[in-house]
Amino acid sequence: MIRSDVIKDLIPVITDELVVCNIGLPSQELHMMDDQPTNFYMLGTMGLASSIGLGLALTQKSKVIAIDGDGSILTNLGTLPTIANNPADNFVLFIVDNGSYGSTGDQPTYAGMKTSLAAVASACGCENVVECQAEDAVETMKAALASDKMTIIVCKCESGNIPVPVIELDAPVIKHRFMEEVKKRNA
Amino acid sequence: MSVSDKIVESLVKNKVEFVTTVPCKQLAGVIAGIENTPEIMHIPSNKEDEGMGLCAGAYMGGKRPAIIMQNTALGVTFNTLSSLTQFYNLPLPMIISYRGEIGERVAIQVEMAVHTKALLQQLKIQTYHFHEPDDIRDLDSILNHTFMSRKPTAILTDSNFWGGY
Repeated sequence: MIRSDVIKDLIPVITDELVVCNIGLPSQELHMMDDQPTNFYMLGTMGLASSIGLGLALTQKSKVIAIDGDGSILTNLGTLPTIANNPADNFVLFIVDNGSYGSTGDQPTYAGMKTSLAAVASACGCENVVECQAEDAVETMKAALASDKMTIIVCKCESGNIPVPVIELDAPVIKHRFMEEVKKRNA
Repeated sequence: MSVSDKIVESLVKNKVEFVTTVPCKQLAGVIAGIENTPEIMHIPSNKEDEGMGLCAGAYMGGKRPAIIMQNTALGVTFNTLSSLTQFYNLPLPMIISYRGEIGERVAIQVEMAVHTKALLQQLKIQTYHFHEPDDIRDLDSILNHTFMSRKPTAILTDSNFWGGY
């Protein structure tokens, strides 16, 4: 299974939740398969999906899922201590770990070599860290959402991409419709 | 009342409820003040661009954010400021210690000080410079203006403003 298979499988579970989705192909795949006002697509700024997700989770009540990647976590590794030390029990950080920088041509990441992101997250102080295989992504996500505990999921999958169109939505439109959803859920 | 306390007072008055900080000696008083202010959620960040991501999330969560940082870090925030904060029309007051200005004791701080205003101008970021302690009187209006305009705003606070250090 590759990332787009994992996202496709997750859609029934995450479609009604607030989702902050990583830059590049992950956002384009989610947009193509299940565009929703509850999705915040990052059009730029590699590395900050987990930070945006945490900021959002800490400031309102609804559940927040950040779909991140191994390469993006490595870009912003300082995010894990911040997440660990400021837990938000409405936050699930889902790291698609395909061991590669998918959006730029599948160059290998260190997470696909010696570095274990699950071990890094635990060492940073994150309390609920689950490493799973792509086939178990849905069950792992369901369990994390049901637990009402902040959870970091590292989902191992194969490297590879499908053709997807770019997102034509203007950034302020993505933000505006997302914020309207946040407001509705916190009314 | 110290300028640190006045900054915290202005943040509370203007309903800034989420602040992320990266430390600087000059900012120690204001960071401690924020930590001890129950109206403000204080989430320290490890790097300034990470902090700007937290602020983006907090704003979408319905809270007015702010970041407190040093000018030497401006370089690492360029991508975030342009492709997140500006591209999505997100307001972000940046209270920045302006190291390397008159009164500075550490020569290397001057190296980023000479670039600071030019870099902010290159990014077309509205910029205010607090040099006298009394300049704090403009902070209320600057915060209000920042949230009205939905843009990042740099508030440079130099050594003279902090009363030397």
